[in-house]
Amino acid sequence: MEVKVAERRPDATLLSSGGAARKLADRVATAGLYAAAGCVILLVFAIGLALVVKSWPVLTGRPLAQVLFSSVWKPSRGEFGFYPFIMGTLWVTVLAMAMSVPVSLLTAVYLAEYAGRRVRAIAKPLLDLLAGIPSVVFGLCGWLAVVPAVTAVGEKLGQFTTGLCVLSGAIVLAVMVFPVTISVCEEVLHSVPLEAREASLAVGATHWQTVKHVLLRAVYPGITAAVILGFSRAFGETMAVLMVVGNVPQAPHSLLDPAYPLPALIANSYGEVMTIPREESALMLAALILMVVVIAFNVLARVVIRRIYVRTGGAG
Amino acid sequence: MSARRLEEAVVKLLMVAAGLIVAGSVIGVVGVMLVKGLPVFTPRMLVQASGGGSSLGQEGGILNAILGSLCLGFGGTLGAILLALPIVSALQRDYAGRTFFGRFTRLALDVLWGIPSIVYGAFGFIIMLYLGIRASLLGGIIALTLVELPIMARGMDEVARLVPVELKEASYALGSTRLEVTLKVTWRQCLPGFVTAGLLAFGRGIGDAASVLFTAGYSEYLPRSLVRPVASLPIAVYQQYLSPFPEVQQRAYASAAALLLIVLVVSILSRLSAARFSRYVVR
Repeated sequence: MEVKVAERRPDATLLSSGGAARKLADRVATAGLYAAAGCVILLVFAIGLALVVKSWPVLTGRPLAQVLFSSVWKPSRGEFGFYPFIMGTLWVTVLAMAMSVPVSLLTAVYLAEYAGRRVRAIAKPLLDLLAGIPSVVFGLCGWLAVVPAVTAVGEKLGQFTTGLCVLSGAIVLAVMVFPVTISVCEEVLHSVPLEAREASLAVGATHWQTVKHVLLRAVYPGITAAVILGFSRAFGETMAVLMVVGNVPQAPHSLLDPAYPLPALIANSYGEVMTIPREESALMLAALILMVVVIAFNVLARVVIRRIYVRTGGAG
Repeated sequence: MSARRLEEAVVKLLMVAAGLIVAGSVIGVVGVMLVKGLPVFTPRMLVQASGGGSSLGQEGGILNAILGSLCLGFGGTLGAILLALPIVSALQRDYAGRTFFGRFTRLALDVLWGIPSIVYGAFGFIIMLYLGIRASLLGGIIALTLVELPIMARGMDEVARLVPVELKEASYALGSTRLEVTLKVTWRQCLPGFVTAGLLAFGRGIGDAASVLFTAGYSEYLPRSLVRPVASLPIAVYQQYLSPFPEVQQRAYASAAALLLIVLVVSILSRLSAARFSRYVVR
């Protein structure tokens, strides 16, 4: 009778039976989990390394400055100048941010400070929906609605345009980055402690004065971070821009000129890659440029956001 | 009215206007798609593949694209779940959470989250060249796994951080190992959040065009094999939009409406599932 009890003697560390097996399982699993987490770090380096290796022939063929600032793009002759594409990307992205940021900021302040519970309950799902809409759908909508509108406005101004231009691309992009900028702005506004607002309101400031002098000043770096995150999202956006921006490999000079951003270049030229080997290398360089810019911007934004949380003492 | 009251009123008006612009653009996008897409949407499209002549303006369906997208979406989501589960578990405080390694992993996830999908497409293409596979369902799944991984991992990590420490401690006090706590406390407690994160990533994956453009290719026939090119709704929308034939362009509206409907259904499902699965959560 009592033998059975004796067999189930408690282990020093693990109270029930099978201690050794469970301990082993735990050790193996721990190693596996750490390995998986390590893979994430490896993946970042693998992507970077693969792109560098693939773009090496174009990267080292000529001086880097010449590759980045030449406007001759003739793959069949082995000449790859990225200037028109870099300028195209910058025009579209900067213009999109210029349109998107003021609207996003005002909306975020409204949602964080003024809106009642009911408005917020509607706004959250709407923003989630906007964030979830696939980029081709944005592209198609832009093509159906924005492009004709831009053409009409162009005609009114006496300028002929097909509507496939920087302005159309920027409008579509501006809408696409709303969810990113609004949600980050709203988040940082919430990080300001309630006491800061109360102190300002108590001395007789209006609500807007409180927002302007206390809140926006406190979260100014956070808003910068939101803008940077939005910018990096817009920078790499491919399909939606591709469908409304015209894709003419020339640096744009006005809002109604067509542009040819880097992501569109990659997406459009992949079919030719098999026939012109060096072009593959050039496209991978385009991908590398996108990745480097986006990583730099993201890391910058994270650093800024973390600082705010540390300073305002919010949960981070 | 004093100047500062006036300023308050003006700014408030601007804010409401900005909010209406944002709301209007959401409703506008959905509205345009439904208005343009639904009239050209026929039930026959849903049961018919495009077939050989469709790109030349003949009649054809979008079943190949719908099924292709679902295969790609499920494959990519499955891959991302299998990778994200151990990563998120390792990021718990019980493991690497607060160490330098843990923080570096989180930074790496943030970096991956920011990388544009066209870059994943290019990277997937390099992997495929290296492995010697051509544009195929498998290639598309690899690319989508990479695209979805950071979205999924971030969503899951946010939930896993909210598991009460006391709950874990109770389990440790009974003699559980870290593995047992992870599997039987954290994962179970996080189930609703994990499902939501999975559905969110699925929605992103199914709508992503830039990453599958190189890697999955396009096919006018139903998906049959892992190593053959496969159609997907976003690429179908793009191909049909490029077509010079008005009939085919009209089909782009129908494809886009179908894609939007799938994304909407997935996002509604994720809300419902969060509520439904939350009964397993200890509060």
